[in-house]
Amino acid sequence: METLIIILSGILFTIATYLILNKNFLRIVLGLTLFSHATHMMLMAINGLKRGGAPLLGERTDVYTDPIPQALILTSIVISFALTALLLVLGYRTYIELGTDNMKKLRGESHE
Amino acid sequence: MSNLLIYPIIVPLLTAMVLVFVRDRIKLQQWLTVLSLLITIGISLYNIYYVSTEHILVLELGGWSAPYGIVLVGDMMSLILVTVACFVSLMCLLYGFQSIEMGHKKHFIYPMILILVTGVNGSFLTGDIFNLFVFFEVMLIASYVLIALGGKKIQLRESIKYVLINVVSSTLFVIATAYLYAATGTLNMAHLSQRIAEVGQDGLLTAISFLYLIVFGLKSGLLLFYWLPGSYSAPSPPVAALFAALLTKVGVYTVIRTFTLMFYHQPEITHTVILWMAAITMILGALGAVSHWEIKKILAYNVIISVGFILFGLAVGTEQSLSGSFYYLIHDMLSKALIFITGGAIINIFGTDKLKEFSGLILFRPLLGWLFFIGVLALAGVPPLSGFVGKVKILQGALSAGELAVSIIGLLTSLMVLYSVLKIFIHSFWGETLMSEGQEYSTGKSALLPGTILVASLFALGIGAEWVNPYIAQATEVMVNPSLYIEAVLTKISP
Repeated sequence: METLIIILSGILFTIATYLILNKNFLRIVLGLTLFSHATHMMLMAINGLKRGGAPLLGERTDVYTDPIPQALILTSIVISFALTALLLVLGYRTYIELGTDNMKKLRGESHE
Repeated sequence: MSNLLIYPIIVPLLTAMVLVFVRDRIKLQQWLTVLSLLITIGISLYNIYYVSTEHILVLELGGWSAPYGIVLVGDMMSLILVTVACFVSLMCLLYGFQSIEMGHKKHFIYPMILILVTGVNGSFLTGDIFNLFVFFEVMLIASYVLIALGGKKIQLRESIKYVLINVVSSTLFVIATAYLYAATGTLNMAHLSQRIAEVGQDGLLTAISFLYLIVFGLKSGLLLFYWLPGSYSAPSPPVAALFAALLTKVGVYTVIRTFTLMFYHQPEITHTVILWMAAITMILGALGAVSHWEIKKILAYNVIISVGFILFGLAVGTEQSLSGSFYYLIHDMLSKALIFITGGAIINIFGTDKLKEFSGLILFRPLLGWLFFIGVLALAGVPPLSGFVGKVKILQGALSAGELAVSIIGLLTSLMVLYSVLKIFIHSFWGETLMSEGQEYSTGKSALLPGTILVASLFALGIGAEWVNPYIAQATEVMVNPSLYIEAVLTKISP
């Protein structure tokens, strides 16, 4: 199961890299979202999928699942969610002000 | 006792929250901001005194003991950096009180600056590598808002690039941390150091350390600095000064921390790569600084050069060069703040940052001229200013370790630094006066007070090097001998 998830996150990384290298702003944002999804899946998979019971004292099993990767993913998801929102707002405002979402046209001119 | 460690994080954070509720009362906001930074500086100074006489401070958050919970660790390096960071932010704010536009003041610029300080202090103090990521994000999100605040075209354009590159590097940070956790099974930096020492730093761990180097290189401007000149010249001068003095320095601190505490077992691979990255950074930064004709760009490239120089000292890795690096890091925070504040005042006076449109300011702003000139000398490392001591230490350490080639690059680039900033000085202060009567007394006064204080502190740090040295030596001791850090965190010290 771990191998499958790792391959899946590898595919997601590929797609994300392709999208990030695009010139269209929205595609870059989508690429970044996929990038963080792939990261989270990889984080979960390389630290082992469900290996035992829930890590609670009342569960009374001998083997517990490591809760730390899940805690890390939760933190990281919240941050990437906030960043995506911020990026979309910034991108929208830029589109209104500068009239383009093409990164090649956002290089800047010297007379500003 | 060790509870005092959390104050540099929560005092600015809580003040920022209060400030949001008094949005329209600008004067009150300013007083509260100054008050909270002064409290933070006072507590940090007390912490420095305590660490210098007793032991390294460790705070286990929530009472969870060391490798399981998150710890804050206050060794001499972190505490000195926290103090200097708060001091520099205070100076940038003193400059900003008069020069920030009213619209920005009403749109939460002070809370954002305090949240930035929270993130910076947290990054310096934390002893947990994932917590470091979180504090990085706190700092970066505040900086995204500060760069875009105002919504001018150049700001929006540069902020998009800045946010994109930082989101990518933050994701890489999570990936590196995932690998590290899978390889070692811990996130506590002291525990990581212990485990890496136990199993030996094999190829896998070295590869992970390079991933960290890429992440921190992106944040600090080590070789991967192509985003930096654009985004540091977009925000208003006080914010640019704050960025130049604090943001890249946090990246530099994390590089020093990771490669002296955790990944120090294979210096022939990692430190050699850092050495040449630093050398190329210095050369490219110097070329950029010399070739541009806008104040903002020249100063931004100077930030890059100093990052290269500090990490050159780390890469050499002798005790002397490490203490030189740390000394130069402190000096650089102060001198970059000074040069960005005075440079910002010049831009405000002329209303443009093109050098060729400047002339003859010395008649009307003699004090500003002298402050800028002393800033120039400090950047170049002229004695008795503080840059001299750091440069001598780094170069002595490098020459005794036989790094002749990069030492020569370091010396040549400091000449180019001198040329690039003197170019600003000559064009803006010498020559005939082109200003009209109305322009003469328009702005630029707000830089004088913080500029004078910063110049005084640069002189104090340079002339008083003998008195500062015990503290620097104590900080270096932990870098050279990581077991001090590990013992402080992992063995219980009764309060």
